Amino acid sequence: MELFINFTLLALLAVTALGVLHVTNLFAAVMLAGIYSFLSAGLFTVMDAVDVAFTEAAVGAGISTVLMLATLALVGSKVTTPEFRIESISVKGRSRRPLLPIVVVVFTGGILAYGTLDMPGYGDPDNPVHQHVAPHYLEESGHEIGIPNVVTSVLASYRGYDTMGETTVVFTAAVGVMILLSALRRRDSYGEEAWGDEVIDDMDVGFKDAFGETMDPGLAGPEREGPEGGGG
Amino acid sequence: MSDQVILRVAVKIIVPMILLYALYVQFHGDFGPGGGFQAGVIFAAGIILYGLVFGLRRAQKVFPTWVARLMAASGVLLYAGVGIASLLLGGRYLDYSVLAHDPHHGQHYGILLVELGVMITVCGVMITIFYFFAARGRETL
Repeated sequence: MELFINFTLLALLAVTALGVLHVTNLFAAVMLAGIYSFLSAGLFTVMDAVDVAFTEAAVGAGISTVLMLATLALVGSKVTTPEFRIESISVKGRSRRPLLPIVVVVFTGGILAYGTLDMPGYGDPDNPVHQHVAPHYLEESGHEIGIPNVVTSVLASYRGYDTMGETTVVFTAAVGVMILLSALRRRDSYGEEAWGDEVIDDMDVGFKDAFGETMDPGLAGPEREGPEGGGG
Repeated sequence: MSDQVILRVAVKIIVPMILLYALYVQFHGDFGPGGGFQAGVIFAAGIILYGLVFGLRRAQKVFPTWVARLMAASGVLLYAGVGIASLLLGGRYLDYSVLAHDPHHGQHYGILLVELGVMITVCGVMITIFYFFAARGRETL
């Protein structure tokens, strides 16, 4: 039964991936990507990785889809450039062009499939990954940490340093997005002046610019100084 | 989308449940699946859903931008601060056992605070990114 569910989910994954390739409406492609994430979450659940499934459903299907839709609202949901469509590529370069990508894909897939032959069987208790620190975590974490959920013990305590790095990465990503989008916006509005000498000042103006029109003056004014003053 | 009555009413009912569920995922993470990252994303999803239906301006009244940005930074600070606290109490960095008299309690406190830091950062980051995207596309969104 579990094998049947696995095969069904994997087949649906493949169908969804092909569907993303074939649809020319980007809105439909985004929706299919969300379905792909939900199917992956189902697959993770079957593999007993409930925490991963949780994250995949929330991030992959939820937030990513919303961000994609927000992007589509900016760029439109129709593919207008014919070069992006596979059939037009095959019409243009009838001789070699469609052949080369498929050769590359089949070759890479073959190498990957060949690589899996050396991998140990899935779920085998004798696998190296189950021989290293995993038995210690499973047997001792209730005694050492005192928390029933081993995933939380490993994530927050045994590997707390790694998780701190991940949190910092998430924070850095947000800073990067803020700088990118506000810099782009500033260049849109004011031309080349965005890349002047005083970059910091420019960024600050960019932030104000990005929010000034969307937020109420009362919210955008004195209160937004709060975090910067507190952080500095 | 704010002219859709069914959407508006449904979202008003659903959003509190999403936020409550996020808190459940956060504080039940010691016992069941979940934790700071998932809880932060779910909480942010609640705010984002509100913003999608009622518009960016009203979402930013409920959850101002500066709060989201403050959260993004303070979560990491809280996480690192727990490490500093355990250093000051004579342990190693992020060694929670020294946070309380009983090592188990110390681990509990440490994990609780650290997961809270993760949730705060992830929630703030997700909402900040959504606000930035939505603010750029607000003419059409």
